[in-house]
Amino acid sequence: MSAIKLTVNGKSVSADAEDRTLLVHLLRDQLGLTGTHVGCDTSQCGACTVHIDGRAVKSCTVLVGQANGSKITTIEGLSRGDELHPMQAAFRDNHGLQCGYCTPGMIMSAVDMVHRHGGKLDEATVRQELEGNICRCTGYHNIVKSVLDAAGRMKVANAAE
Amino acid sequence: MGVEGIGARVTRKEDKRFVTGKGKYVDDVRVHGMTYAHFVRSPHAHAKVKGIDISEAMKKTGVVAVLTGKEIVEDKIGNLICGWMIHSKDGSPMKMGAWPAMAPETVRFVGQAVAVVIGETRNQARDGADAVIVDYEELPAAASIKAAIAPGAPQLHPEAPGNVVYDWAIGDEKATSDAFAKAAHKVSFELTNNRLVPNAMEPRAAIAEYDEAEEHFTLHTTSQNPHVARLVLSAFYGVAQEHKLRVIAPDVGGGFGSKIFIYPEEMVALWASKKVNRPVKWTSDRTEAFLTDAHGRDHVSKAEMAFDANHKMLGLRVKTHANFGAYMSLFSSSVPTYLYATLLSGQYNIPAIYAEVMGVYTNTTPVDAYRGAGRPEASYLLERLIETAARQFKIDPAELRRKNFITSFPHQTPVIMAYDTGDFNASLDAALKEIDYAGFPARKAKAKSEGKLRGIGLSCYIEACGIAPSKAVGSLGAGVGLWESAEVRVNPVGTIEILTGSHSHGQGHETTFAQVVADRLGISINQVSIVHGDTDKVQFGMGTYGSRSGAVGISAIVKAMEKMEAKAKKIAAHHLEASEQDIVIENGEFKVTGTDKAMALANVALSAYTAHNLPDGMEPGLKESAFYDPSNFTFPAGSYICEVEVDAGTGKTTFINFVAADDFGRLINPMIVEGQVHGGIAQGIGQALLEGAVYDDSGQLVTASYMDYAMPRADDLPSFKLQHTTTLCPGNPLGIKGCGEAGAIGSSAAVINAITDAIGNNKLEMPATPDRVWHAIQARA
Amino acid sequence: MYETTYHRPSSVDEAAALSARDAEAKYLAGGHTLIPVMKQRLASPTAVIDIGRIPALIGVEVSGDMLTIKAATTYFDIMNSADVKKSIPAIAHLTSVLGDPQVRARGTIGGSIANNDPAADFPAAVLALGATVKTNKRSIAANDFFKGLFTTALNDGELITAISFPVPAKAGYSKMRHPASRFALTGVFVAQMKNGDVRVAATGASQNGVMRVPGIETALKANWSASALENVKISPNGLIADIHGSAEYRANLIKVMAQRALG
Ligand SMILES: Cc1cc2nc3c(=O)[nH]c(=O)nc-3n(C[C@H](O)[C@H](O)[C@H](O)COP(=O)(O)OP(=O)(O)OC[C@H]3O[C@@H](n4cnc5c(N)ncnc54)[C@H](O)[C@@H]3O)c2cc1C
Ligand code: FES
Ligand code: FES
Repeated sequence: MSAIKLTVNGKSVSADAEDRTLLVHLLRDQLGLTGTHVGCDTSQCGACTVHIDGRAVKSCTVLVGQANGSKITTIEGLSRGDELHPMQAAFRDNHGLQCGYCTPGMIMSAVDMVHRHGGKLDEATVRQELEGNICRCTGYHNIVKSVLDAAGRMKVANAAE
Repeated sequence: MGVEGIGARVTRKEDKRFVTGKGKYVDDVRVHGMTYAHFVRSPHAHAKVKGIDISEAMKKTGVVAVLTGKEIVEDKIGNLICGWMIHSKDGSPMKMGAWPAMAPETVRFVGQAVAVVIGETRNQARDGADAVIVDYEELPAAASIKAAIAPGAPQLHPEAPGNVVYDWAIGDEKATSDAFAKAAHKVSFELTNNRLVPNAMEPRAAIAEYDEAEEHFTLHTTSQNPHVARLVLSAFYGVAQEHKLRVIAPDVGGGFGSKIFIYPEEMVALWASKKVNRPVKWTSDRTEAFLTDAHGRDHVSKAEMAFDANHKMLGLRVKTHANFGAYMSLFSSSVPTYLYATLLSGQYNIPAIYAEVMGVYTNTTPVDAYRGAGRPEASYLLERLIETAARQFKIDPAELRRKNFITSFPHQTPVIMAYDTGDFNASLDAALKEIDYAGFPARKAKAKSEGKLRGIGLSCYIEACGIAPSKAVGSLGAGVGLWESAEVRVNPVGTIEILTGSHSHGQGHETTFAQVVADRLGISINQVSIVHGDTDKVQFGMGTYGSRSGAVGISAIVKAMEKMEAKAKKIAAHHLEASEQDIVIENGEFKVTGTDKAMALANVALSAYTAHNLPDGMEPGLKESAFYDPSNFTFPAGSYICEVEVDAGTGKTTFINFVAADDFGRLINPMIVEGQVHGGIAQGIGQALLEGAVYDDSGQLVTASYMDYAMPRADDLPSFKLQHTTTLCPGNPLGIKGCGEAGAIGSSAAVINAITDAIGNNKLEMPATPDRVWHAIQARA
Repeated sequence: MYETTYHRPSSVDEAAALSARDAEAKYLAGGHTLIPVMKQRLASPTAVIDIGRIPALIGVEVSGDMLTIKAATTYFDIMNSADVKKSIPAIAHLTSVLGDPQVRARGTIGGSIANNDPAADFPAAVLALGATVKTNKRSIAANDFFKGLFTTALNDGELITAISFPVPAKAGYSKMRHPASRFALTGVFVAQMKNGDVRVAATGASQNGVMRVPGIETALKANWSASALENVKISPNGLIADIHGSAEYRANLIKVMAQRALG
């Protein structure tokens, strides 16, 4: 057991957890943040993607001890109140999701992708960058569209700020 | 159509919760006092269970109970059932062995459960399961069709000698051999349809709660058809009585068929929740999903086609072996028979067809319906056979198809199906145009000059959807009726709830169903809520599979709406002092035609509930329900064309273009329809290029994780170009045909036809991995 | 996952001391190999010693003709390092095709080398460039470091601190991805050293893990071009054969990837 202190979606939280606890289970089971999903046991599907200190990471492959002291953003922390993050809005507007199970991980990866690439995203790059996220429903067609759309919106939003 | 009515590309109502992480899937549910189940599973493909020692497990911290197959038998919990009776050629009923939820004596596939450990936490349950010692006596295994039907093969079930479940046939054998006798040309072919693992991204899960005082169970489960689950769990397994069991399927993360079936795990969770008198949660991990979710496909077939001198088809003969795995899953028996062989006529006028199907037990995971279920196998076989014929005859594959297309409807095929409508030339033309078929030879020549291998492949599919008339499926052996139900509840304030027996696990019913209602009443979709997935709310329903939600589920809603509207019109007419024939519904109002007299829906509804002033003898309230049983299957059809380039050095295939032209009848929301097609195509391409469940000879699943089972990723796929052509289905009120499976049915043959065209070698099996394609190139050289 | 104890030491010495106290403990860097195997209960270290935040183990340095990447530097940082891109761009490229973005955010070069997965990418670069693996005890030449599948010259408790790569005259890496895992079905790193030596290493191909490819080295030494490899024969003997590729196919890939690595 260790005492874990994190900043999750801007709020400080502390929790006691066995050392073998994975970050995803702390988020889901102890903090009730069930938007972060588990889709595999081999760290490949990306359904569990969150941001740790600003970078997209698979939370099923991080022990709580490793995350201790970090800033975590989950899908629940992306929107500002009722206003969707441009990536969330783009997924909705472009039908970038069906069952929704992969969606939180996709969106967290995609936000990180846009941050890293700025406006320089094209279809081929988006497809390569989605390597770590598996979707079984959409055939990725509309996910790619969503990410490209959001990249444009995020550029505009940044310019406006 | 209105901005939110039928035909509008409305964004989905359900998306806000999904994009913000507020979806509620089974594993997200937590209940007070919850325990966790972890199953002890067989590491052997075939073995006797000689003993189970639970003493060490019971000593582990946090272990609440260890339950075994023996106890489930002692408690008289029923065996798993197969709900579709098939009779062999000789008239005998199919031969099945028992499938207990946990094996008391014999295990027949790797991953079959023998015991379950209930623990205080997920990890503690697993710690306990690791400490259960099972004494197995290994038996020889038959891990493939070939091994199972070989002389002297290990026997799985004493009830099924030679491991044969049935030896079934359809069509006219004599007429077909006569056709071959007079044929000018014959084409023959052997092929495998590779076994797939459905891989919905949400693994299966269940939470069972038992209320001792009420003797009542609640089961949250990842199901495509919660009512069928309740029926089967109560009527056949005897875990709980139907009125004492509430089944809830909340947000479900994809199904593709795999969540139709009632599996051992949810049954054991229910039973165990009473045993330990605590809620029990089980969530599959991905490895368990690979080992226990029903797999799909897995056929080995021989096919031959007879043509006359003008390349008109005369006859088709098919012999298929279908792998059922170790047990007969819920609908497994119908998949390689009535969902497969009945579609072997494709889009073509084939005067005589004879198909034989032998269903075989093997020491592998049970096989059942997976997206398309039988129809992809039929389409793949036929479309590769025709492409092979075109190459053999050296004529254009599009022309050979066109020459044999069915052009007048209704059309009775020699294999049961009566196609109601279609225009196969229209979809082929649309696809050929979109891909610039005429320009292909020049593109191929140019690629060749650059040292590249380019190919084009066609596939013209037809499918039967809606999985329909209850009477018809009943006569073919189905154990259930295949209608759908709907209830319309208009609240006193005029908002509407639609209760449906269909279940959405990605299909967007909350939006499309609301569009249908909004369209009829001229109101906003935000005034309409769709309620589904809970047996306490919706009385009964058959669920979602076989692309049936539109054609059957929506039709039931339309029927219930018609009843509700008729009553509402009576009320409006009464208040407006008009004849009910003169009332029309527009923009949320009941209007007297030709006048400016109108009454808002909300006022009609309120009046129905206040009941102060209703027509004489009318009951208060505004709520109607309907059961809709269609008159026929529906027949979506289309043409898919794919252009690829193959890297001769590595055998890797790259898509240049992928075109799909479909006829789905009426589209309620084209955006959602396109999404369904995209996803289907991705699964079809997955089957063609990447996916394949592989067992070794001892029955170990070699591809039991994403490390070895290649899932399609974004960079494996192109963007797709979609076209729609339309002939309305005459069999249901809106003319809907269904769109959920088409992509998976039509695409794999197009891909393989394109690759074999590129490399100049027709001998290629799925998945066409770079390794296989490279070898095929070498074999040609 | 079995129970374990987590430690986060702040120095190499502290990490080594923790390791010396417990023979069943394991170092944890990015965790992107160790945690998946612990989750599947295929490994059960009594303790994990997180070296991922030890400042002395993170960073990239170039001095003269030597590029040094410290062991716990993540792939992400390697791939984006101006020093790496300038001195040995082939390493930046290799890193950019390794795993996926989330894996690259966590995985480390030290973890990859210590693990020596037969299909991992970095061992090919280390062996082809004749790098030196530095540990808290000694320096080990690449030729002596890789000892077959998942086996290295590291002793129990020995900690890799950095890998030093001589800057070559030319180098390149080409990888055919495994269709499922996305590791290397076969990957080939080619290097022409400043003294004219040519070294070529293939990963994902051999049953014994990363290996040199002498046939290709000889041909490229004579003529650094793709056409020079046209007639080179690679024997399938000893190569991996599985559902994703036969030994013959992998033998072919060694040649084709080597040709493409030349750029
Ligand atoms: C989805 C996925 C895809 C991947 N794809 C690829 C790929 O394409 N190519 C590829 O090469 N790899 C791939 N990997 C593996 C990845 O590169 C791992 O990160 C790497 O193999 C291990 O590095 P790590 O820092 O995560 O090590 P850890 O998992 O932390 O440790 C691995 C082993 O090395 C030991 N160790 C770690 N650091 C040291 C050290 N400094 N000194 C001594 N011992 C140490 C640990 O004790 C442990 O035994 C993939 C992994 C995943 C999850
Ligand atoms: S759950 Fe984390 S990658 Fe699949
Ligand atoms: S939307 Fe269902 S898995 Fe992606």
